Amino acid sequence: MQFTSFLQDGNLTVALTGEIDHHSAKGYIQSIAAKIEAYTPSVCILDFKEVSFVDSSGIAVVINALRCMTQIEGHLVLSGLSEQPMKVFRASGVDKLVQIKEAVS
Amino acid sequence: MKFENYMTLEFPSRSCNEAFARSAVACFAAQLDPTVEELGDIRTAVSEAVTNCIVHGYPEKLGTITVRCRILKGQILDIVVKDRGVGISDIEQARRPMFTTGGAERSGMGFTIMESFMTELEISSTPGKGTTVHMRRKLQRRK
Repeated sequence: MQFTSFLQDGNLTVALTGEIDHHSAKGYIQSIAAKIEAYTPSVCILDFKEVSFVDSSGIAVVINALRCMTQIEGHLVLSGLSEQPMKVFRASGVDKLVQIKEAVS
Repeated sequence: MKFENYMTLEFPSRSCNEAFARSAVACFAAQLDPTVEELGDIRTAVSEAVTNCIVHGYPEKLGTITVRCRILKGQILDIVVKDRGVGISDIEQARRPMFTTGGAERSGMGFTIMESFMTELEISSTPGKGTTVHMRRKLQRRK
């Protein structure tokens, strides 16, 4: 698990990398929750540009981040999704729960 | 049904093997000249099935997972993922979207994803004996 994050104008961007499966998901869930708790951003953007693979464990990462953001009355946005992660999120209905922008077609 | 090629993998239920299993199956499937989307679907479904063995099949201890792939006539990839773990007492419930016994780290969408990404999905399980997931995916013939 490897990621970078930055805070700008109250918006937290977390850039995820590599493959998100059950093996790496737990670390992401905890790290994202810790960042949100530390910075209480009004918007949290999960950037998937450098993510090459997601399975249903990635759904849990998004749902947990959404839960954290809902608790502090903020918004969660997903960006930079390539085709494979997008298909997983569509098949599971995550695309209806969270705002998705800049999907790479 | 005749099959044209096959392979079998056996590995312990360590989570680092999830990536290994889906990559190995994708490499095997490459001889069918799949599209990028088809390969993504296969990797995702294998990842779900293997993760289920690790998280639910062997919750307390390490066990052996077997993945068998065959290529059947008509561009069909046939995949069997098998564990000898605790088994599923209610398959109908396990298949239901959002149902999970895995806590907040799991989404309960594994079977839903396997169903929507594969052409056929069959689950057989005996509590105390283990679970077998049998999936098939028909691949497009490219010119």
